[in-house]
Amino acid sequence: MQNVISGAECPECMAEIYVGDDALVSEIIECTDCRSDLEITSVRPPVLSTAPEVEEDWGE
Amino acid sequence: MDTSPPDLVVLASRVRYEEKRIMAALDRRGSRFTHLDSRSLSVTAATDRYAGRVVLNREVGHYRAWYAAEALEAAGARVVNTAAATHLSGDKWLTSAALLRHGLPTPRTALAMTPEAGLKALAEVGYPAVIKPLVGSWGRLVTRVTDEAMAGAVLEHVAALPSPQSHIVYVQELVPKADRDIRVAVVGGRALGATWRRGEDWRTNVARGAVSEPCHLGPELVRLAVAAAAAVGADIAGVDLIEDGDGRLTVLEVNDRVEFRGFESAHGDIDVAGAIADLLITKAEA
Ligand SMILES: [Zn+2]
Repeated sequence: MQNVISGAECPECMAEIYVGDDALVSEIIECTDCRSDLEITSVRPPVLSTAPEVEEDWGE
Repeated sequence: MDTSPPDLVVLASRVRYEEKRIMAALDRRGSRFTHLDSRSLSVTAATDRYAGRVVLNREVGHYRAWYAAEALEAAGARVVNTAAATHLSGDKWLTSAALLRHGLPTPRTALAMTPEAGLKALAEVGYPAVIKPLVGSWGRLVTRVTDEAMAGAVLEHVAALPSPQSHIVYVQELVPKADRDIRVAVVGGRALGATWRRGEDWRTNVARGAVSEPCHLGPELVRLAVAAAAAVGADIAGVDLIEDGDGRLTVLEVNDRVEFRGFESAHGDIDVAGAIADLLITKAEA
């Protein structure tokens, strides 16, 4: 339990992701469920956002 | 024991809410499928490696989605949506032309071959207008212009963009609207439901923070949405419409790899993923 702060929600797939206490703001991690690149925008409390690497032709 | 490969393939480089929901719906129906990461896909020409397979195309990038569909179809797959539908609906001009060809209402639109010719196109369409990239979405690079001076400045930026395609300028009249448009989900020729999408921004993409609320699905909305999906040949579509100042409905665009998270959260009881799974199973059994 020492190396886990608490769960954050993946903004892409809503999976619960545990952010370790060595995490840094702006660190890029990969969601274990959907493999999206996520940016840690806050550590305490852990908050994740989608990493800004969208290509121009992306989207619906 | 059945050792044959599953007939159904879900093609996606990102498994987001929508893809997870579709795969869960396939699971619940006892359907065997594989998830194929489109980034790892290569298809050799003149093979029938994908013969008989039904492929759901959920690739998020337009060009990768279109070419993956073309290549898979060449190798015998039945791709949903078809490569032709992805090609048409992913390009705003081709969509506008298809809508007009099928007699559907759509805002006044013009295509200019250079940014310079864009000013003439805007004069004909009238101000206020919107300059949009031909390909691309989530509202990026969509610019509202209210007069010629502003349009000139925007077109100067367009002229400085690196890709030759971005110098082709798509302009459309700005339909006066109460900051919202309508999204209708169409699957297999059936309209499942409609949502209002209101944005803080005048662009009402959910990705830009728009909020979805249930919208009554009247007969005219059903007729136009189903016809717009058919006009681009899409089995699965998110059709965006808008009400003009006189309350008449007009079709803005057709999205062939539709996102429906906002839609499902607005309705709660409309299972878009389930409808997509049923459509795929029907096609695989056909
Ligand atoms: Zn995720």
